[in-house]
Amino acid sequence: MRALTYHGKHDVRVDTVPDPEIVNPRDAIIEVTSTAICGSDLHLYDGVIPGVLSGDILGHEFMGRVVDTGRDSTLKKGQRVVVPFTISCGACFHCQKQQYSACDNSNPADTQDLTEPVYGQALSALFGYSHLTGGYPGGQAEYVRVPYSDVGPVVIPDGLDDEKVLFLSDILPTGWMAAENCQIEPGDTVAVWGCGPVGLFAVQSALLMGAAQVIAIDHYPHRLDLARRMGAKVIDYRRTRVLEALREMTGGVGPDAVIDAVGMESHGLAVDNVMDTVKQKVGMGADRGHALREAIMACRKGGRVSVPGVYGGFLDKFPLGAFMEKGLQWRTGQTHVQRYTKDLLRRIEEGEIDTTFLISHRLPLEDAPRGYDNFRNNQDEWTKVVLTP
Amino acid sequence: MTIQPYRRHRRHRRQRHDERPNLVLAIGAGLFAVGAIALWQARQRAMRHHRGVRDSAPGRTSRRTYYNGLAVTGRSVTINRPRAELYAFWRDFTNLPQFMENIDEVEVQGDLTSWTIRAPAGRSVLVKTRIVSDRENEQIAWRSVDGSDVETEGKVMLHDAPGGRGTVVEAVIAYRPPGGELGRLIAKLFQAEPEVQGRRDLKRFKMLMETGEVSTADNRKPD
Ligand SMILES: [Zn+2]
Ligand SMILES: [Zn+2]
Repeated sequence: MRALTYHGKHDVRVDTVPDPEIVNPRDAIIEVTSTAICGSDLHLYDGVIPGVLSGDILGHEFMGRVVDTGRDSTLKKGQRVVVPFTISCGACFHCQKQQYSACDNSNPADTQDLTEPVYGQALSALFGYSHLTGGYPGGQAEYVRVPYSDVGPVVIPDGLDDEKVLFLSDILPTGWMAAENCQIEPGDTVAVWGCGPVGLFAVQSALLMGAAQVIAIDHYPHRLDLARRMGAKVIDYRRTRVLEALREMTGGVGPDAVIDAVGMESHGLAVDNVMDTVKQKVGMGADRGHALREAIMACRKGGRVSVPGVYGGFLDKFPLGAFMEKGLQWRTGQTHVQRYTKDLLRRIEEGEIDTTFLISHRLPLEDAPRGYDNFRNNQDEWTKVVLTP
Repeated sequence: MTIQPYRRHRRHRRQRHDERPNLVLAIGAGLFAVGAIALWQARQRAMRHHRGVRDSAPGRTSRRTYYNGLAVTGRSVTINRPRAELYAFWRDFTNLPQFMENIDEVEVQGDLTSWTIRAPAGRSVLVKTRIVSDRENEQIAWRSVDGSDVETEGKVMLHDAPGGRGTVVEAVIAYRPPGGELGRLIAKLFQAEPEVQGRRDLKRFKMLMETGEVSTADNRKPD
């Protein structure tokens, strides 16, 4: 089959590789019909994630048609499914508590050894995201082996276009969980740093959850415009002093909840964790640590801090004093995708959520390397790339 | 309030113990009776300090890893399945290669079991064990017998996890690395490996019991 593979920093190619086959009883094989490039794929592309080997198949946002099933799969050949980027067994303590991204079992035993020393415990495996998260071949390919196919994949009724549901695989539930972590109450103001895909979906979700006001912060004009069209007020941090603006837009109080969606979309273990990138210009043109520090400073006393943005290691100059003295609450984590897919699919079917606005470019899989290049270097225009094998 | 880092705190305490007897001696012979008691108390404290306060941690987490020349390693894992099921699966030793990666063959004759364990350089090691304790749904313990390449003993203990969270499985293995060329081979296998291998094997046991399969990222079956 053809698949987008990693060959080194800024070097991805579409190669011919062996087709996957059923290995375990609960597996299914999916023929991919649509797959997206995620912001976090750019971390792999930039070569800052350890444990990515030459020849690894990338991609964790994909959907397709079931073409083969193992003995214990509950899927049927021909069904259309969206596959969550987190691989979860459904049977362990964490899966049963719906903490799917903390699954004990999907990450193979030997790769768990790589994570344990860094985090204390290993997390669930992810598709197409380095051997530190299991080393499973990803979805930017013609076919994917999907383990635990009775737990993750969401069956999509015919008549719903791929583009309407593809983002159930990651960024829509991620934005939704970011908003849910804000525990929004009537009258609340929610401030969102970063208007990438997850930030935009967080804006949309926070409004659906009843926030009185959502304020989005970025500097890319097109992305700010998308946030405005979703119903957010926007702050261009190149033009405006953010802390003062947030105070003045909330009657001197500060936002009730803040979301750090910068640097975002990275699914973990980035060695570029703030320590290294602190001086580097990333995404918003400021380092990620900056957004988080600013969010904590802005947040009202007793407010909530939601962090869908990923941090791999240690954060320098964390304002622990402000955090503690103001009595803030902190909620974060990799997305428990399977917890949200059913509800979000219903909202899409009922027309409550439309995610297609985000897609700026559609390319054949063969052109994926061009997609990576532009998605990285032309962020304002290239908001989301969808590939079709 | 000042919070000292643990290590500094400990050093501080040790200094106090060291100083106490000197202080007592300096008070002089006229206060001998009082001094002796203080000295004795200080020694008791120092001894207690030396031995360490008995804590609740299992022996395998001790900083000391050798006991009577035996290397000891162990690990526990919580498995979301009933005790009886796990016991029954483990008690049939021929099941173990399903999750123990470097065991090639298991042969059971009564309470004697022969294990063929893969070693580096295409070699293999034969371990022969006898069951020394078998309590249904609670514990299985074994010890090597004459003719085994490695002197080893081990046990697996099962107890209910709190709050209906399944079963806590604890496995402890002790072994004496032998001498000779075979010894070096075994040492390589056993010193570097039992801890790592044991940890991975227990995780694969959990996977198999909870999900019915052992997770792998391989896209194709092994040939
Ligand atoms: Zn993603
Ligand atoms: Zn699980």
